[in-house]
Amino acid sequence: MLRFIFWRLLQAIPVIFVVITATFFLVRSAPGGPFDSEKAVLPEVKRALEAQYKLDLPLHEQYIAYLGDLSNGDLGPSFKYPGRSVNEILGSGLPVTAELGLYALSFALLIGVLAGVFAALRPNTRQDYIPMGMAMIGICMPSFLLGPLLVLIFGIYLDWLPIAGWGDLPGDKILPSITLGSAYAAYIARLSRAGMLEILSQDYIRTARAKGLPEWRVVIQHALRGGLIPVIAFLGPAFAGLLAGSFVVETIFQIPGLGRFYVQAAFNRDYTMILGTTVFLSTLIVFFNLISDVIAAWLNPRLRAQFKGGA
Amino acid sequence: MNTEQTALLMEAEDGASLWHDAWLRLKKNRAAVTGGVVLTVMVVLAILTPWIAPYGYEAQNLDLGATPPSAAHWLGTDIFGRDLLTQILYGGRISLAVGFIATAVALVIGVTWGAVAGYVGGRIDSVMMRFVDILYALPFMIFIILLMVVFGRNILLLFLAIGAVEWLTMARIMRTQVQSLRQQEFVEAAVSLGLPPSAIIFKHIIPNALGPIIVYTTLTIPSVMLLEAFLSFLGLGIQPPQTSWGLLISYGAETMEEYPWLLIFPGLALTITLFSLNFLGDGLRDALDVRGSKD
Repeated sequence: MLRFIFWRLLQAIPVIFVVITATFFLVRSAPGGPFDSEKAVLPEVKRALEAQYKLDLPLHEQYIAYLGDLSNGDLGPSFKYPGRSVNEILGSGLPVTAELGLYALSFALLIGVLAGVFAALRPNTRQDYIPMGMAMIGICMPSFLLGPLLVLIFGIYLDWLPIAGWGDLPGDKILPSITLGSAYAAYIARLSRAGMLEILSQDYIRTARAKGLPEWRVVIQHALRGGLIPVIAFLGPAFAGLLAGSFVVETIFQIPGLGRFYVQAAFNRDYTMILGTTVFLSTLIVFFNLISDVIAAWLNPRLRAQFKGGA
Repeated sequence: MNTEQTALLMEAEDGASLWHDAWLRLKKNRAAVTGGVVLTVMVVLAILTPWIAPYGYEAQNLDLGATPPSAAHWLGTDIFGRDLLTQILYGGRISLAVGFIATAVALVIGVTWGAVAGYVGGRIDSVMMRFVDILYALPFMIFIILLMVVFGRNILLLFLAIGAVEWLTMARIMRTQVQSLRQQEFVEAAVSLGLPPSAIIFKHIIPNALGPIIVYTTLTIPSVMLLEAFLSFLGLGIQPPQTSWGLLISYGAETMEEYPWLLIFPGLALTITLFSLNFLGDGLRDALDVRGSKD
């Protein structure tokens, strides 16, 4: 197990390095400097600004300086919001996005696993078709359509819930969380159905049933653990998707999180902010993929055995 | 035993092609057939748009403003008095074009990459696939946004960027296929005849790996269209004066309180198309008996 974690860590390092390098040179090769779009700046002011942000140095020296700053955890200053560092901006957005993602994921897991297990218990009956049909709708209904529709129905016509904001009004966290989570609920439902179907046909389940265990104990104690491995393995990629989804959901509901900052930085051409956010988010995503791989491996007895020998 | 099954059996005895079998199976899957029909209609409409659109793309009627669906404007008009049906038709052209072209880009890169890696094998294979692994771990949504910011929001780049993201799975599927195919006798025969590897890959191996490729392609198109709509919704994809379903949805969302039809109809167009593609893809997967090509 330790060896497995070690190997996956070793693989993650070049990935993060590639991200940092590619992002850095991409952003630096962007046409037009960050101060070109401003109203005409005096040449000497511009030079001073460039010196302050180290833009007057040759590219490779800038790169080395950036790596040096990064190794201290410093993502640099923001071009567009002078006096605020990228770290500060990310620090204020992260808790919001993390909370949103947590609610969305909890919603997705709760609904998805319930629907998937429910469907797998009676395959190819109405009990299977109805939740799986809803899952198909969830997959085909993108968040940027579902969000506005939910706002229209529950926020405007029925007037039950606030239409925007985060933590300002009671209940304003409900719609964004559902919007972000529903597509994942759909995927998780399909994955857990497939996983459960496979496990429920195995011999040890027949043994458990033959022992006379009640069905709910067979499902919960024996089948769930194996049947949910695909779901756990999906959580890593889902995390990346949730972050991307937060771009849209935070924009729709005007939530001051990481996703909204990233989209704004993209619009404002705030290069340091884009660079810093990309590096930060990428590292997070790689890290979560790592965790989900490790958990999936740990839950899967075959994989675990394979790595036990070496660990 | 009904006639169709008898037909299937007879075909099997005749050694009928895999494709014919698959076609018979697909025809029985009602969801997939419906998906295929709807999709064909969508594509035909998109191709014929300049001739069948009820109004000109640029035609505005500021005095009219936003009106709900009526006899003159079946799906209503937007705030500039533009006919929504016309907008959706033209938007569909772009959305479908992005879906198909970007998928084609992914197809070409992925199939070639996977075929070469799988065929050549050895160290080159492991280097090529390690490269795919690394790219897999990258957060691509973020990278596409980055590309759109750095190089400007142009549609050609959008094709390339999305295609460049989606080829990875294709390469993996192709490699697995090729690895099993190259053990087979007909490939050995081709090698002993002295055919160059490129001819073997393109003439003998790729045609025999078509099943999984077709299935995965059908399932890639909806995810590409979703990606385009996602970017356009954020304002980072298709730019006015061009339009796409994602862009129409984003306009619709801005004014949905007063004019909900501006959100609902483009949303329906996108959702129905995605539905059709997914059903068709699932149906093809069952018909061609391809396993593990999705998720």
